[in-house]
Amino acid sequence: MSHHIVEVRDLLHVYPDGTTGIDGISLRIIHGESVAVIGPNGAGKSTLLHHLNGFLIPTSGSVRIGDLPLTRKTLPEARRTVGMIFQDPDDQLFMPTIYDDVAFGPNNMGIPADEVDRRAIDALSRMGIEHLRDKPPYRLSSGEKRRAAIATVLSMMPDILVLDEPTTGLDPFARRQLIGILKEFTHTKIIATHDLDLVVDICERTIVLHDGSVKADGPTLEIFKDDALLTECHLERPLSMQGCPVCAKRV
Amino acid sequence: MPEAARTFTDLNYLDQLSNGESAVHRLDPRAKLLTVMVFIAMVVSFDRYEVSALLPYFFFPAVMIPVAGIPARYIARKYLFLLPFAVLIGIFNPVFDRDTAMFLGPFAVSGGLVSFASILIRFTLTALAAFILVAVTGFNGICLSLERFKVPKVFCVQLMMLYRYIFVLSNEAVRMGKARDMRSAGGKGKGVRVFGSLIGHLLLRTWDRAQRVHMAMLSRGFTGEFHIRRPLAFRAPDMAFVLFWCPLFILLRCFDPVSAIGRLLLGGV
Repeated sequence: MSHHIVEVRDLLHVYPDGTTGIDGISLRIIHGESVAVIGPNGAGKSTLLHHLNGFLIPTSGSVRIGDLPLTRKTLPEARRTVGMIFQDPDDQLFMPTIYDDVAFGPNNMGIPADEVDRRAIDALSRMGIEHLRDKPPYRLSSGEKRRAAIATVLSMMPDILVLDEPTTGLDPFARRQLIGILKEFTHTKIIATHDLDLVVDICERTIVLHDGSVKADGPTLEIFKDDALLTECHLERPLSMQGCPVCAKRV
Repeated sequence: MPEAARTFTDLNYLDQLSNGESAVHRLDPRAKLLTVMVFIAMVVSFDRYEVSALLPYFFFPAVMIPVAGIPARYIARKYLFLLPFAVLIGIFNPVFDRDTAMFLGPFAVSGGLVSFASILIRFTLTALAAFILVAVTGFNGICLSLERFKVPKVFCVQLMMLYRYIFVLSNEAVRMGKARDMRSAGGKGKGVRVFGSLIGHLLLRTWDRAQRVHMAMLSRGFTGEFHIRRPLAFRAPDMAFVLFWCPLFILLRCFDPVSAIGRLLLGGV
């Protein structure tokens, strides 16, 4: 099924003020892959993600979502295919209640009311938050907000999920829960994050960005074993791969 | 607690009140909105020297506050907070309008004083009605009924968004205020200049957030149309509520029981 494929070719993005956000990136993500996009602050992670959903138009190069090149014409279809989950759930939950928010996408797709309802309830139950359906967003905890934000995207039944820093601001329990949920999804997943342990848990492939270009692209475990690369890109091994500091002292 | 933080908690509290379970809470929001609109229309339509005819209208808040279980202290505090604005509007009336309007026993009362009293009473009535409406209906309920009353959708959605983000924005303002207080020992750094820059930053942050929210809307296929479906049912109790209060308000507008009783008593002397 080719519509789950994301292909970026020679992408260049220069912001209006002259800063180069992305300096020639090419990558291809295939159906069902879980890919982490990591890199230091300002490496171009967010800029890249914003291209996948058509918020930014490439200065040159192209983005293909499935069979279609991303253009103004194909934007609605691309946005249905790519579900984008923002860093701050408060930006994503703008309706009076969680239910309204989850139903927002399907409603815009022109789906009949009872189908919208079915999808909304299904998305809420997949995230385990049916009980929050009538609550206003500002009454939710950070973990609940995060799950609600994901539900708003799931209800549109996207083929590809794009997550920007999904674990920021979560306590360890909520983070663990979220990782469990994300693991179960069969969608193609693209996750931009600084949470390197999450990467080890979920993503089999990792793309390292540095100064707007791809520094490395390969199996997650191999990338995290390349200490020289990690240091150069202001990264480090995930804690789970660093060995135990307490035991190390005893030896 | 700093003032901004307190206002925020108060707003939060008002919002929580609207989740109450009283008989008034259960009414259709349209019934309550319509009733309060008629109430306000009647109260403000009186002549500017009218005082006595306004008094019977206090019956409405006097019934609603206990029935809906709204804490009177809370309402009183909100009311006192707004009172200075009303006083400011009418404060010069007694100075400019010195014609004698009536006699209270041996004392002549100027027209300005009467109209000042009238302004205060009207303010009290309308402010109470508005607080009651929000406390028993919730802001979103009011927006939904406005939409059903064919108020342009753009306007209702604007109000809803405003209400949604006022919590986020005030949280941000509270955080910025705290950050300033922590570093302005002894009162330095609390001046107008710092305040101006603080407000400026808040505005810029709001602008950024608005852009992100818009992005989030676009990514979910937003084309300018909001779909909020809420099964609103106008049932017998709602009808009874409207049919009891609205005619009463209109009747009180046409017929002044206080003066009538006064005339009756004086006539009897």
